[in-house]
Amino acid sequence: MTINLEVPAKFKLLVDQAHQVALGVFRPISRKYDRAEHEYPKELDMLAALVDGMNSSGEQSTGARGVRRTNGNGSEVQNGGNLATVLSVMEASWGDVAMVLAMPRQGLGNSAIASVADDEQLARFDRVWASMAITEPDAGSDSAAIRTTAVRDGDDYILNGEKIFVTAGARSNAVVVWATLDPSKGRAAIKSFVVEKGTPGFTVERLEHKLGIRASDTATLRFADCRVPAANLLGSPEVDEGFAGVMQTFDNTRPLVAAMALGVAKAAIDETRDVLRGAGVAVDYDRPASRQHAAAAALLAMEADWEAAYLTTLEAAWMADNGQPNSLQASMAKAKAGRMATEVTLRCVELTGGYAESSLLEKWARDAKILDIFEGTQQIQQLIVARRLLGKSSAELK
Amino acid sequence: MASRNSRDLMGLSLTGLNKAAGSRLLDRLRLRKPVERVVFHGARTGFRTVGAVTRTFTAATRRATPERPRPGGDSGLFDLTPTGEQQMIRDLSREFAAEQLRPAAASADTECAAPPELLKRVSAELGITVLNVPESLGGVSTERSTVTSVLVAEALAHGDMGLAVACLAPSAVSTALALWGDEQQQATYLPAFVGDDVPAAALAILEPGPLFDPFALLTSAHRTVDGYVLDGVKSLVPRAASAELFVIAANLDGRPALFLVESESVGLTVEADPAMGLRAASTGRVHLSKVAVPSAALLGDTAAYADCVRLARLGWCALAVGTAQAVLDYVVPYVNDRVAFGEPVSHRQSVAFLVANIGIELEGMRLATYRAASRAEQGRSFAREVGLARQLCAEYGMKIGSDGVQLLGGHGYVKEHPVERWYRDLRSVAVLEGGVLV
Repeated sequence: MTINLEVPAKFKLLVDQAHQVALGVFRPISRKYDRAEHEYPKELDMLAALVDGMNSSGEQSTGARGVRRTNGNGSEVQNGGNLATVLSVMEASWGDVAMVLAMPRQGLGNSAIASVADDEQLARFDRVWASMAITEPDAGSDSAAIRTTAVRDGDDYILNGEKIFVTAGARSNAVVVWATLDPSKGRAAIKSFVVEKGTPGFTVERLEHKLGIRASDTATLRFADCRVPAANLLGSPEVDEGFAGVMQTFDNTRPLVAAMALGVAKAAIDETRDVLRGAGVAVDYDRPASRQHAAAAALLAMEADWEAAYLTTLEAAWMADNGQPNSLQASMAKAKAGRMATEVTLRCVELTGGYAESSLLEKWARDAKILDIFEGTQQIQQLIVARRLLGKSSAELK
Repeated sequence: MASRNSRDLMGLSLTGLNKAAGSRLLDRLRLRKPVERVVFHGARTGFRTVGAVTRTFTAATRRATPERPRPGGDSGLFDLTPTGEQQMIRDLSREFAAEQLRPAAASADTECAAPPELLKRVSAELGITVLNVPESLGGVSTERSTVTSVLVAEALAHGDMGLAVACLAPSAVSTALALWGDEQQQATYLPAFVGDDVPAAALAILEPGPLFDPFALLTSAHRTVDGYVLDGVKSLVPRAASAELFVIAANLDGRPALFLVESESVGLTVEADPAMGLRAASTGRVHLSKVAVPSAALLGDTAAYADCVRLARLGWCALAVGTAQAVLDYVVPYVNDRVAFGEPVSHRQSVAFLVANIGIELEGMRLATYRAASRAEQGRSFAREVGLARQLCAEYGMKIGSDGVQLLGGHGYVKEHPVERWYRDLRSVAVLEGGVLV
């Protein structure tokens, strides 16, 4: 055991591969699908097959499923799936985060399944592409207030309600839906269900036109007397063991979204560094910032914020791999990475003048904003961090 | 010219003082005693003295080659777990900080001095100065121990930053000797740092003046037949008045370099340089006027100098992390206990989110500092990582210091609570160069 914060040697190949994909596959089609919103990037099919192959052959699952927790044996330090996934998602998002969100079978729903499904469910849903449906027209951050209901009927549950902002909601072939067994019981009654496409009563209503991540389809879904097998309920069906189960997903998925933010921001910083170097401005890490060009000082400050977000994200993933509770660190990572990515990408546009579509910087600045919103907004992360640090319940610190 | 100006200034002050001394207003407002005390203090700090008496440093057993700690190993895994030994030293340091430093902090701040017995105890109980010294020279290390030094500095600063700097100042010199000293320099000076009576010593890089750049020094070194002559001023040097040995940064042939300078050297004078914070570290200015040192005084090369600047900054990062943690640990119970509008102020998001952001930024500061330290320890490049850690610790460390006062409101502004001291101390992180070394 020794303190070391470098990328583990055994993940170097993985990171290199993800970088090749980002550079060779995502970047060349990045602008095309930003302009052609709602058009499926067909180039991703080949890639998805490749990723599936890599996952089934290697010892380490690194896709959306990589977040499944292995029970650390307690004495040996592990570098496992969570860390590997965070690193590869970051690298892929450096290419194009919208493509990452549009990758078949790599949805956040897949991560949710990997996080909380039992072994039987995990095997049954192995090949699905699952998106995640939590938000409703009248319930965003306040996820305990959702109104989609699930009523037990024999061996099934009957779902009714509307879900919005479902990433990959149109293209995925299954969706993990949050619904309440009893609206009067609050968060304890909220459960997640895997609903497969083609289930009667489940329809895709429409797609959103967005500020960024346009290559990713964002859908509104409707459930009208939609009958779902009880075996598709993830986790415990008991009401009293409610919210913690579904919330546990976030401990694993928030570092993933933080990794996406890190990838986009890294792309912007790398590009800005190159552009500024061309303009005769370079960062010197030794000389005081106040003795350097203002643009160099800005670059230094952005890179420092990036480093803080990066290391906090790795920490959260490392804790997950080693069976340590990481809700606090996951929220810290998401909060820092989310705001950093927005600030950094916007500043890069400002410094380079990369406001026109001739540069990808303007796209990254649009893409980044969502990363400070979905999987829990900046404000929700701060609330979670504050409650943890202050030892307050959600009733006390609202 | 300079002396005539200063005499004019002094004349003016004397005129002012005279008027004040005769004023009945002072007596009426019962201000005579305090004013006299301020005048006394002003005289004392404006007064230059020769450096402390230097013990005789003589080479004991000189080796054929200098001893250097080896780079540490790398497990190949991302890991935030300290080794068992690091954990033990960290625990000891934390205990020392809580039991010895924190209770002494307020009065040391007022006195502008650390209690001498405390400084003795820190060498005896924690062995800070031997941490980076190779076993063969009486120290404890065989490998670089940058991470351990960072953990110790962080733990001590949690007790008090100013006292931590006073405690760590001599180890900056012993570490520099271990890392860059030649066999002669190590044999001459290191034995004193591994003995019972560790000398006060200081690494002096900073100079007064705006936009200081450690790679563009005004202090100069000129070659002579048998050595060098140094001229210049070093500012905010910890324990300057009691230091027996200095490592001084000066420009030699257009490049920055380090020199070993004993405090009794002719032409070396010390002036108190009390600052906004770090007052327990008894900061002083070291004036060098045609100070002649032998050729053996040159310590390390240009690469060593750059590493020295970086490792000193890393030390300040560790101090900032420990101090910021102290702020967080102090404000949490305060905002939970303080009631306003019928409930604890921590139930308000505007208060709670300030606390959350202290936690979030502190985590980034700490991890960036650890990463830079572990890279330095493993012998990897670490200039970038130190640059980033320093940027984070300077910016967010100060923000945390400011928010610490803000969260206590008016109570934060008075000396009944330590947050005003942490506010003053944390400003140093962006300013100081040298002084500590990990």
